[in-house]
Amino acid sequence: MPREEPAFKIKNANLPVLVLHLKTPDMARVRAQLETRIKQMPDFFAHTPVALGLAELAGLASSDAPLDLAGLLDFMRGQRMQAVGVIGGSAAQREAAALAGLGIIPETPARPAAVAEAAPEPVVEAPPAPPAQDLGPAQPDLPGLEVEAAPAPLAPPEARPTLVIDKPVRTGQRIYAEGANLVVLAIVNAGAELIADGDIHIYAPLRGRALAGARGNTAARIYAQSMEAELVAIAGYFQVFDEGIPEAVRGKFSQIYLDCDKVVVKAMANKR
Amino acid sequence: MPKVIVVTSGKGGVGKTTTSASFATGLALRGNKTVVIDFDVGLRNLDLIMGCERRVVYDIINVINGEVALKQALIKDKHCDNLYVLPASQTRDKDALNLDGVGRILDELKESFDCIVCDSPAGIEHGAFSAMYYADEALVVTNPEVSSVRDSDRILGILAAKSKRAVEGLEPVREHLLVTRYDPKRVAAGEMLSVDDIQEILRIPLIGVIPESESVLQASNSGTPAIHLDKSDVAEAYRDVVARFMGDEVPMRFTTYEKVGLLKRLFGGR
Repeated sequence: MPREEPAFKIKNANLPVLVLHLKTPDMARVRAQLETRIKQMPDFFAHTPVALGLAELAGLASSDAPLDLAGLLDFMRGQRMQAVGVIGGSAAQREAAALAGLGIIPETPARPAAVAEAAPEPVVEAPPAPPAQDLGPAQPDLPGLEVEAAPAPLAPPEARPTLVIDKPVRTGQRIYAEGANLVVLAIVNAGAELIADGDIHIYAPLRGRALAGARGNTAARIYAQSMEAELVAIAGYFQVFDEGIPEAVRGKFSQIYLDCDKVVVKAMANKR
Repeated sequence: MPKVIVVTSGKGGVGKTTTSASFATGLALRGNKTVVIDFDVGLRNLDLIMGCERRVVYDIINVINGEVALKQALIKDKHCDNLYVLPASQTRDKDALNLDGVGRILDELKESFDCIVCDSPAGIEHGAFSAMYYADEALVVTNPEVSSVRDSDRILGILAAKSKRAVEGLEPVREHLLVTRYDPKRVAAGEMLSVDDIQEILRIPLIGVIPESESVLQASNSGTPAIHLDKSDVAEAYRDVVARFMGDEVPMRFTTYEKVGLLKRLFGGR
């Protein structure tokens, strides 16, 4: 007897999923700050599966208080965010999540994903926190760092317009092109930092840091008209130039890309 | 239109207060009604450089707190008729220098002055920020050494991102590079950055170069702005800066090193 064609198959998949780490059991506050955040990038979370991280609530004194998950879920649905489950939290919280129709995702010791922090409450314009894992050497978050975020466009997140900067990027400034490519037309001085989730092009000397593919895009590249950088990174793999920049690329029009976990800095041919 | 000009640098000891005093004096000497404000609350120095420290009764914090009228705190300069000094407080907390209060003072000063020179404290903290926030133009004072240049770069970044003009999307603050304590001989010997090196990094227009000179110290100690010094290259350099600021075409001086000949050493010389 011929066997019936299988109607499905079950496979394990490691899917990218955003985790909304809750830092307070006060859902009204979470909603208020989330709303501010979503206003800045209206379509960023649209139809995106989101897991709720409860681990940080466990440490709080009020961790036993019941969570108003239903209210939060209503709000998230209104914003077209799709909550799929919870990670961490107390047994009671997980039970409440299950009752609210959420899945229970086991905690894994995987490396932390990019964290987008909510700004402290009085701040209206929340600067997007750049993904900490990609910063190379630990960087103290100095006060007064200017952050320019990519303008929130009305387009799907994968098609954000390139962020173009036409003024010098000076020491202490940080430019983040969230979900986009970054083009800089003026000098990037030592101590300045460029971060993009896509590629970075600098049509002037690059003397500061440039971090492309900040959310893990290993195919991202950096192009610098004059390579004088302090640090370059692709998808979290970084290269510093303690001994100075190699003669072959110093001051040259160069591209930087990732080749099997190794950052390659290569001069571009002058004529082609 | 009255202008608010901030004299700033990031780094300390590069010559901000010396420049503020001489620049404000130069503007006044050219007929502009000028006031120079010390924003260095807690470490006030401008009154010493201007030689009016014994006449300080009220200060900018008294005015901000509404304890005295602005007119009562203004000190008339002893050399120039149309120059006034608004001193900083030596005893108060610098947090008293709130942005709203500074804005109110500047608005009031704009009614009767042509030029308002704000002498910024070092650093990028509250006092420096209050001094630059309302600026229309900025004199960025830089010494020919790398740390000073980097700090100036930082200040330029803040001016471009956080000043009132930047925040409100108005025309950006006009930036001028002023290189001070410049020693062409040491530049020629490769011990100091050259003006070109500095401009290559900062990329803003150069308004002047003030040579390193012992006479600056004497002027400071005697409470006379350096621009008043007789037969001094520093005074001439500051006059050039003021002239360029007012729109005159003046060639750059004091940037190249000339070997002093034997005859000049014997008979000319400074």
